Amino acid sequence: MEEVRNLIIIGSGPAGYTAAVYAARASLKPLVIEGAQSGGALVTTTDVENFPGFPDGILGPDLMDQMRKQAERFGSEFVTDDATRVELTGDVKRVWVGKTEYQAHAVILATGSSWRPLNVPGEQELLGHGVSSCATCDGFFFRGQHVAVVGGGDSAMEEATFLTKFAESVTIVHRRDEFRASRIMQDRALANPKIKVAWDTVVTKVLGSEKIEGVAVRDTKTGAERTLDATGLFVAIGHDPRSELFRDEVATDAAGYVMVDAPSSRTNLPGVFACGDLVDHTYRQAVTAAGTGCVAALDAERFLASLH
Amino acid sequence: MGTKPITDATFASEVLQSDVPVVVDFWAEWCAPCKKIAPLLDEIEAEMAGRLKIVSLNIDENPNTTREQGILSAPTLKIFKGGEPVFEIVGAKPKSELVKRFEAAI
Repeated sequence: MEEVRNLIIIGSGPAGYTAAVYAARASLKPLVIEGAQSGGALVTTTDVENFPGFPDGILGPDLMDQMRKQAERFGSEFVTDDATRVELTGDVKRVWVGKTEYQAHAVILATGSSWRPLNVPGEQELLGHGVSSCATCDGFFFRGQHVAVVGGGDSAMEEATFLTKFAESVTIVHRRDEFRASRIMQDRALANPKIKVAWDTVVTKVLGSEKIEGVAVRDTKTGAERTLDATGLFVAIGHDPRSELFRDEVATDAAGYVMVDAPSSRTNLPGVFACGDLVDHTYRQAVTAAGTGCVAALDAERFLASLH
Repeated sequence: MGTKPITDATFASEVLQSDVPVVVDFWAEWCAPCKKIAPLLDEIEAEMAGRLKIVSLNIDENPNTTREQGILSAPTLKIFKGGEPVFEIVGAKPKSELVKRFEAAI
């Protein structure tokens, strides 16, 4: 058993790392349990064009590396594995990574969100064999082939545009007749000659056994069914908050987002703070996550000072 | 140390003809999750030395093996025992889970 620390931050990404930068500069020596796949959602993106201070854009993984280094410089410690159990109600908060237990007087939750599957037949079976959650990871394998992207937000636009580097054609399958993506991302995708859109269309089944041999879709207006000729299916319909680990103790809303006493980052439990996409239904940007990460560190610092 | 790099040319001798079970890490420069698990695999390789061999195959430089093995996602970890594929893990996973699944396979 080791000492009771000041602060544990669970999660990395822009929220967790920014919280770590602030807490470390305040000499709190935070322990960051950054997860096996550290760096958060930005690790699977390409160019981040809207993070202030980078007029030429910066690659998502590079931005996360820089934030991590900045947190490290001021004395943050890191555990590159997933937290597996927590007890957050007492004065001393307990967090486990497998069999190893860590204790602290305050905890910041910054676990972000996870990829949302379509939940159609064939999807789970073909995950990693044509069904993908990450165009930058898997696009390479679809050189010269026809692929489909499901979704209508910024990530769907980004994935579709990225995939045209490899694929012969990219069909965006979207359940409505307009995208919710930002104008610049939509325009870029729609102007690309390799990209087509199947509006008002939903995926009903992924066909094939060893690999994808087509994607069954249905027109939501006419009810007409057809099969898209595609060997890759990239699912980008959104994310769900990763709050399973502490949902029994920390108050969440119906969708699983941790509820905070905005504009602060205080949860229902004293000494437990939450930030980033874990609390944010609405904005979900790297810079807003970083902003609330800063808020959480300042709130935690004030809370810790009040204990002495 | 670190995991041993293999190629299309050495795949058969290093993997299919190995006496001990082998994990092949199909990875690429452009794959961020691959870089996350590489150091974990280095550690596991050292910890399980003698019982399990871990090798890495660069997808870009070795298209034949990548295609023959039906790899469509990076990273993919594929475990071979007696020259036969036993199972595979797609995507980055925590070290504890990797160890558990490797132990179960050998």
